[in-house]
Amino acid sequence: MSTEAFEPELMDYSRRQPRLPEPVIEGNDALDIPLDERMEMYRLQQELRQFEKRAYDLFMQNLVKGTSHLSLGMEAVATGFGRALRPDDYSFATYRGHAHTLARGAPMGPVMAELLGRSNGILGGKGGSMHLASVEHGMMGSYAIIGAHLCIANGAGWSAQLRGTEQVAVVFFGDGTTNIGAFHEALNFAKIWELPVVFVCENNLYMEYTPIDLVTAVEHPAADRATAYGLEPILVDGNDADAVYDVAQGVIETARRGEGPSLVEAVTYRHGGHSRADPGKYRPPGEVEAWLDRDPIITYHQRLLRLGVPEGDLTRIAQDVARRVDEATEFAKAGPVPDEGDLMTDMWADGGSAWRN
Amino acid sequence: MSEMNMAQALNDALDTALAADDRVVILGEDVGRTGGVFRVTDGLQERYGATRVIDTPVAESGIVGAALGMAVAGLRPVAEIQFLGFAYPAVDQIISHVGRIRNRSNHRFTAPLVVRIPFGGGIGAAEHHSESSEAIFAHTPGIKVVVPATPADAKGLLLSAIADPDPVVFLEPIRVYRAIKEEVPAGQHTVPIGEAKVVREGSDVSLVSYGAVLRDAGRAADALADDGVSAEIIDLRTLSPLDHQAVIHSARKTGRVVVAVESHRTASIASEVAAIVQEGALYSLLAPVERVTGWDTVVPLKRTEHHYIPGPDRIVAAARRALEG
Ligand SMILES: Cc1ncc(C[n+]2csc(CCOP(=O)(O)OP(=O)(O)O)c2C)c(N)n1
Ligand SMILES: [Mg+2]
Repeated sequence: MSTEAFEPELMDYSRRQPRLPEPVIEGNDALDIPLDERMEMYRLQQELRQFEKRAYDLFMQNLVKGTSHLSLGMEAVATGFGRALRPDDYSFATYRGHAHTLARGAPMGPVMAELLGRSNGILGGKGGSMHLASVEHGMMGSYAIIGAHLCIANGAGWSAQLRGTEQVAVVFFGDGTTNIGAFHEALNFAKIWELPVVFVCENNLYMEYTPIDLVTAVEHPAADRATAYGLEPILVDGNDADAVYDVAQGVIETARRGEGPSLVEAVTYRHGGHSRADPGKYRPPGEVEAWLDRDPIITYHQRLLRLGVPEGDLTRIAQDVARRVDEATEFAKAGPVPDEGDLMTDMWADGGSAWRN
Repeated sequence: MSEMNMAQALNDALDTALAADDRVVILGEDVGRTGGVFRVTDGLQERYGATRVIDTPVAESGIVGAALGMAVAGLRPVAEIQFLGFAYPAVDQIISHVGRIRNRSNHRFTAPLVVRIPFGGGIGAAEHHSESSEAIFAHTPGIKVVVPATPADAKGLLLSAIADPDPVVFLEPIRVYRAIKEEVPAGQHTVPIGEAKVVREGSDVSLVSYGAVLRDAGRAADALADDGVSAEIIDLRTLSPLDHQAVIHSARKTGRVVVAVESHRTASIASEVAAIVQEGALYSLLAPVERVTGWDTVVPLKRTEHHYIPGPDRIVAAARRALEG
């Protein structure tokens, strides 16, 4: 092909219109959520935010090795669902799973230590940032292969169904994930057997560096696919913890009653880049700023003030969380680094790896 | 000629292919505007447009399946998968269809496509970002498996792969991408697929390797030379079809073979090389073939990755064992 006459047709992302957030729905102030629950949600969002900011600082100090994916800006989703789950319910997350792990009650210190790859980490330094899990807290793992864990969550839900335990499995994934086959396979399975599984798409508008609308056939990557699997389209403001909590309670109860799966699309935004190495420069001017103004924690703070909570109470919560994040950091930094021997453990049921090494 | 690192040399190869043949298209996640996770396709969409350098959804089976359909229907697609650990959703396409379509169609269809996949450790991100599962592909009939170790070979092998009438899985060693620079010939520079290269001549022991580990074989050979041991280094470059003659020739010459790979040990390319050596050079051997490999464990997080990936020390130790007979 002669390139001279050829006018390349470009995907010029920088000339794209920014995708701006919807305004806060003040009417959500009136949702039927007790104030003490709201205070817990405020505390949890503070934890997720401050923990994640600290994780970022630790990367910058080169204490977290490898890569990591933060969910700064997306705290309301983990909070709304985390608070709506029963302690014995299951949750499944992606590599962007710090918040979902903490939201189930996993202790900050060992989670932080895991990010640092230390032996006192929640998985002994074998999982790391992308594979957090805590069986005791129903957090059934973080999965770094796009789509795979939706199918796995079905299995956990199926087990609960067969055992008659009324446990529910909730699985979180991104907008990009709605385009891989496993997403479609999983929804079909869940609907055929009416599995107690809640699929939660955290639509942060980007699949890595690519705006999701450029690579998706429909406007709402998850909600617009729901009817294909006999499900209701459910869209929720993913930057409002109350809105998420409200929806979460409904769909979790539906699943618990044996009335089958749901698919929820929570629209949100990540403040930072996709992963540690990504400055996020592909986002059109004005977009990040607009979403920073619609920060879920600011939104929630303002709601609580409107509901009459004294500013001082909120400050105290934030300060208490800050202290606990400091403690977690100290715990993590003090942990030993795994040695060569640790590499050789836990391959097989006998705890070792001897017969093939 | 100009100095390039491997990422630049690969970019140059793709640029050359896109300019020379309008059947060539590139597809993969983030390959267009962003230039891919390792920026190997940097600037190509700007030059050739979004219809030839295509940003796809995250859907590896979809990507490789589409590449196969394109190839069968007259194009020369080059698909990029972000990391070897993310290729597994596409392994079904590669094994069940890409590698078989010629045979199954009684030669009516061909699949001249390339699947480029960064592989191996070095960025310390564990598991999926560090896999070295090339043996899976080498085990599969109907696909060629190529692994360059240097910038010039990377360009030459990639251009050969794109021109090849059969499908090629092209594995790019992540930690070499920006580690070395060398002179890379301009334009249509090709390196034949299926030919190993004697990187360094020697007489006491043969170090057989490929990809990122080849550099450690070089360091090992330097260390051995300090002790007066003359090591020959063979870069396999193509894992399937593997250059048996080059390996056997060197084994007969030195009588001692150390094969160094980064993958798990069991059923690895190292195992295959050991088998080839005993079939073709048993009576010349002065010592058992030594395999230096990653362990049969999960590739760990960064803190212990250096215990997993074989470095020069383990290669030197293996060579010493062979020399002691
Ligand atoms: C099968 C597979 N292919 C590619 C990747 C590399 N990858 C990691 S995250 C990502 C984008 C996912 O986007 P989305 O589902 O929207 O989740 P987000 O990161 O925005 O939370 C890609 C392509 C992967 N992890 N797994
Ligand atoms: Mg996303």
